[in-house]
Amino acid sequence: MSAMFSQNPLMNGPNYSFNQAPSTAAAGNKEHGFYPYTDNGGSTLAISGSDFTIVAGDTRSTSGYNINTRYSPKVFKIGGTTSSQDDATLVLSVVGFAADGEALKERLDAIVKMYRYQHGKPMSVKACAQRLSTILYGKRFFPYYVTAILGGLDEEGNGAVYSYDPVGSYEREQCRAAGAAASLIMPFLDNQVNYKNQYIPGSGVGHALVEREKIPLGRTEVEDVVKDAFDSAVERHIEVGDGLQMFVITKSGIEEKYLPLKRD
Amino acid sequence: MDTLVARYSQPMFEKDYTEDQLDMYQPAPSLSLRFAMPPVAQPSAWLRAATDDHANPNCPIKIAHGTTTLAFRFQGGIIVATDSRATAGNWIASQTVKKVIEINNCLLGTMAGGAADCQYWLAYLGMQCRLHELRHKRRISVAAASKILANLVYSYKGMGLSMGTMCAGVTKEEGPALYYIDSDGTRLAGNLFCVGSGQTFAYGVLDAEYSYDLSEEAALELGRRSILAATHRDAYSGGFINLYHVKEDGWVKHGFNDTNPIFWKTKLESGEFSNVTSELV
Repeated sequence: MSAMFSQNPLMNGPNYSFNQAPSTAAAGNKEHGFYPYTDNGGSTLAISGSDFTIVAGDTRSTSGYNINTRYSPKVFKIGGTTSSQDDATLVLSVVGFAADGEALKERLDAIVKMYRYQHGKPMSVKACAQRLSTILYGKRFFPYYVTAILGGLDEEGNGAVYSYDPVGSYEREQCRAAGAAASLIMPFLDNQVNYKNQYIPGSGVGHALVEREKIPLGRTEVEDVVKDAFDSAVERHIEVGDGLQMFVITKSGIEEKYLPLKRD
Repeated sequence: MDTLVARYSQPMFEKDYTEDQLDMYQPAPSLSLRFAMPPVAQPSAWLRAATDDHANPNCPIKIAHGTTTLAFRFQGGIIVATDSRATAGNWIASQTVKKVIEINNCLLGTMAGGAADCQYWLAYLGMQCRLHELRHKRRISVAAASKILANLVYSYKGMGLSMGTMCAGVTKEEGPALYYIDSDGTRLAGNLFCVGSGQTFAYGVLDAEYSYDLSEEAALELGRRSILAATHRDAYSGGFINLYHVKEDGWVKHGFNDTNPIFWKTKLESGEFSNVTSELV
């Protein structure tokens, strides 16, 4: 049973477990006082292109109406061989409860590193995506309070984005926004990236309208879409702001960009 | 509860590793049977308070839900059809969910309820089916596969799993076989099932038009039309229609198509959905 909560700092001290449940709460009584989660706000966003993926997140961390810090990254490189993660090929973004996000990142990073050492090659996004799903589901009954997005390049070199719910259901998508401002950003992305509800003007009326041709966006266009999405989210959501961190994944490596956002 | 936890959280021969070490040293993680638990007396009650948006709309963690899925047996095999919408509360989390899960090249599962529960346990079922094949040198029957799943979810009963799934497959011994399994532990064999929040609307169309002797083309159209009816009347269903046909030599995919053009085509060409006007003013 001690294996279950080994994150307890008192390694050999009193571990909580079912056999040693707090004796003050008799079984059958409603238990109060276990609130392990905080919502640290913020938003993340990932868009994949034909030969690149961009994963971005704001850097504000809040609790309630307080701003804890203006620079707390939510987007991480995963699986490099050094602490600087220079040779990483994958990017993970986590939004929700920052401590759970950090724990999840550390755990995935360790696993992807071990995979690299054992197999002598970096982990593919597809494999990493599946593994992340099982990690999240491993805490099905005590979930990580995070919405994760994984970005990378697939075996053909195309951009790949995988999005998750807190308990590990996942799907490969063209683009995804998560976190506090997801409901503000996602409809914008549907329209600007997947051209939803865009029709050729004058092609007909009502259901006779012809859909606009779906041309994949290039890298500079996507960077502009990301910047616009976050600028708009900052205008209308109190938990988003301060800075925008962007990782651009291409076959030549991962490029990091930091842009200021409004700090009010 | 304690016995369940003791049984599933600590495998017998893995004693001295921490969770993280196991993660790293196991080349492939053993899918399932090691779950972290919250350190409280009643984990299932705690989990419900944290994740059940039906009982508590302000719950911190929203798990993706909502669905219409159907499957029916007919002379040419089995038709499986689903919508593709996932909702978390009122938020449409995705319009492109793949709710038909390909367990292997001749077995299909459908997804209703918790998306993660279905994805994870049907992947686990896929693994068990492959192991069965390797051990017994022949393919698993649909009856056996569905029972593996039913017994599995039954062992977690009361812990908060949420899934309503159908297993469809064709084998030499059974012919076309269809089973319904849910997280209560129910396992039923049958000709025709609809599962999810839009099930009643799908049943309405399916029951009216269903016959075992349907031609392949008519059966596919009936599957599509039943899902269309459900996406039309159930707010928690929508997106795309995912259609599969299971035959003796495996399943065939018949597209992942947007409901909107199908709706207008159905309305304008066959005069159905007369409740909706096509006038634009």
